[in-house]
Amino acid sequence: MERSRLVFSGSGGQGVITAAIILAEAAVVYENLIAVQSQSYGPEARGGATRSDIIISDTEINFPKVTQPNILVCLTQESYTKYSPIVRPGGMLITDTRYVKTYKRVAARQKELPIYYSVMEKIGKPIVLNICTLGAVIALTGLVSPESIMKVIEKRMPPNFLNMNRDALYLGLNIGEDAK
Amino acid sequence: MAVRDYIRDRFFPHMWCPGCGHGIVLNNMLRAIETLELSKNDIVMVSGIGCSSRISGYVDFHTLHTIHGRALAFATGVKMSRPELTLIVPMGDGDALAIGGNHFIHAARRNIDMTAIIMNNRIYGMTGGQYSPLSGYGARASTAPYMNIDQDFDVVQLSKAAGATFVARSTTYHVQQMTDIIRQAISHKGFSVVEILSQCPTYFGRQNKLGTAVDMMTRYKDTTTPIGSKAKKQNPDLIERGIFVQKEMPEYCTEYEKVIERAGGGA
Amino acid sequence: MSENIKFIQGNEACVEAALYGGLDFYAGYPITPSTEIAEHMAVRLPQIGGKFIQMEDEIASIAAIIGASLTGHKVMTATSGPGFSLMQEGLGYAVMAEIPCVIVNVQRGGPSTGLPTNVGQGDVMQAQWGSHGDYSIVAITASNNQDVFNMTVHAFNIAETYRTPVILLFDEVIGHMRERVDIPEKGEINLVERLKTQIKTGVDFHPYLPREDGRLPMSDFGGVHRYNVTGLAHDMWGFPTNDPQIVHGLLRHLVDKINNNVQEITRYKEYCMDDAELVLVSYGSTARSALHVVNNRRKRGERLGLLELQTLWPFPYSLVKEKCAKASYIGVVELNMGQVVQLVRNAVDKPERVFLINRIDGVFISPTDIRNTLRVIQGKGM
Repeated sequence: MERSRLVFSGSGGQGVITAAIILAEAAVVYENLIAVQSQSYGPEARGGATRSDIIISDTEINFPKVTQPNILVCLTQESYTKYSPIVRPGGMLITDTRYVKTYKRVAARQKELPIYYSVMEKIGKPIVLNICTLGAVIALTGLVSPESIMKVIEKRMPPNFLNMNRDALYLGLNIGEDAK
Repeated sequence: MAVRDYIRDRFFPHMWCPGCGHGIVLNNMLRAIETLELSKNDIVMVSGIGCSSRISGYVDFHTLHTIHGRALAFATGVKMSRPELTLIVPMGDGDALAIGGNHFIHAARRNIDMTAIIMNNRIYGMTGGQYSPLSGYGARASTAPYMNIDQDFDVVQLSKAAGATFVARSTTYHVQQMTDIIRQAISHKGFSVVEILSQCPTYFGRQNKLGTAVDMMTRYKDTTTPIGSKAKKQNPDLIERGIFVQKEMPEYCTEYEKVIERAGGGA
Repeated sequence: MSENIKFIQGNEACVEAALYGGLDFYAGYPITPSTEIAEHMAVRLPQIGGKFIQMEDEIASIAAIIGASLTGHKVMTATSGPGFSLMQEGLGYAVMAEIPCVIVNVQRGGPSTGLPTNVGQGDVMQAQWGSHGDYSIVAITASNNQDVFNMTVHAFNIAETYRTPVILLFDEVIGHMRERVDIPEKGEINLVERLKTQIKTGVDFHPYLPREDGRLPMSDFGGVHRYNVTGLAHDMWGFPTNDPQIVHGLLRHLVDKINNNVQEITRYKEYCMDDAELVLVSYGSTARSALHVVNNRRKRGERLGLLELQTLWPFPYSLVKEKCAKASYIGVVELNMGQVVQLVRNAVDKPERVFLINRIDGVFISPTDIRNTLRVIQGKGM
């Protein structure tokens, strides 16, 4: 497979780091791929802009950071402004229509997805925005299967949140499919 | 077992100065241990640095002579890893309350089962007579040649506020009371503090013109009084002796056993 | 999928490895970027009947683990920069009193409070020279989470074998990065247990008299042998002494037990070293960036190699000398002003061929950073 370099960005509390970990863990534990995940720490991780880097590959990963993501997810205007310039030319830039107003000058395929509005309409709980986003990402990229993601979610999340997260994941998959 | 069986007699005579109160503390501590009929293998004595800390070398227990001020932190590791052992931690006033002040209040706060004996001679003896947090305003010391302006701690008040569940005070003059208090302190399940006023004729005595060791001990007789005595009401400057606090509270190691149970790690 | 495959941070891998290695007592104080070690210990230790305690500071933390080690337990504390500085007196005590213990330092940018959330490798010299007086220490590092696991187990084994504190000198990138770790089955990695004395009750026990092989059998506090432990210079019973002959013997023993066993203690990895003209030497997270460069250059036919040091102290001078003997240039990749580079210069025949490739701004060194410096080094035509 082509090595995938992803950056998930947003603000603290949106769950972007959790989503990044779930994606990378699914790749490693259930798809026998190699993945490395890291994240920004410090004051910015306590409510400001957050960023998590993920590399997924079928060969060994040495340098663990992402300098030029081929898949960039921005869930706030601030993170879009900060990170959209680093997206690899020809890469994919996924944003949420409620939170981000995009510019034309970015040299990437921009996918402006109504994730927030769909989550509020179909599920009603903004807490699953991250899992819905993850669904859209795997639909658009085919990095891992939804089943692998669900296995990680089952392991990591309290049982009474499972159904809501499954709904969010499949809602995201549909949003991603529609945007292909 | 005779008191003599608790000492490592090949190290005697001890290294303390003539007239020093610390030997009296050693003597009466051992008498207290004798009355409790504790096995030598079950006692760990942990000390820090200073004249007081050398006490651990003279007793035939498991002895851990550590670094300045940290004896209680070392003792916490010993106690938590082997809660069935009896921990006795003799410290000097500077050792316990200046460099070791933070460990002291936190050990008290946790109410971990050990006995802290503060041998309070109001001076740093080992280094030659510098003022300690217990020298008090107006004292002379080699580092306070123009009179000390530092206020002192009240060890009893400090211990109470920090959460110690047994707090007592005695002096090297009142040896029977000292033995009885140390015995009760060791028996108490929780963090026990025993402050013993112990004379340093070599430095504190000389620098403050307090006379001989005998004069200093006589002064302990004259300036102290049992808790709540009539004499105290008439003369509030008298220092009270006795047991100030003795209460049951959850003990740290016992509480941690419950943590293990909650985590599912019980055997 | 096997339960033994984990996707975890380096800090968590360190915890799992410590438990695998037999740890059952941990004392610590929270500090970035090591805190996850304390957090996972707080969860995991009581699950196996072990003990976790959050102390009032790092001084107390190292004191508590020394106390617990004396009762026969395998112990550890973890910290970072400022906390490691606070631990230095206790570390010296553990050296002098020969107490087995493991101290993790997840390095961040310094000096002082420095860059709490950023990576650094500036504590290499402090690891060996941080406490006062002469002594030798063992310091070990790793560049990926599986190696964090293996080196942590190794650290416990070394601590028990030589009755010494061992420092695990990780860094923020390794501590926080998540990747795959395969937890080995019990017995897959050999564990060294504490060597206990066979001396019977009532017979004179010499806790500080080394056996012929240099090892010192211990007796647990609370057992039948009552002895003294002190940070003062001491005799074979553990009692203070100023006797010059005894003090000389003690100091020699403390240093020799480590320095005479460099080969047993040393762990390293090498990549493409056989015919390497340009050797990169690195350790910890930066070895990953170096390896990235080596692999890419090899694809273009350039003869680059990487020597990854996992044991930093005692510094493996002979190993470095041997491995770098044929190299025209040597580049040492590290995140400090040049610490290991000096050691490498001391090790090799031509120190003028050894160059520093570094960053000191809290940013993790990238393959591009390394390539840029290599261009300068090679451009000199030396």
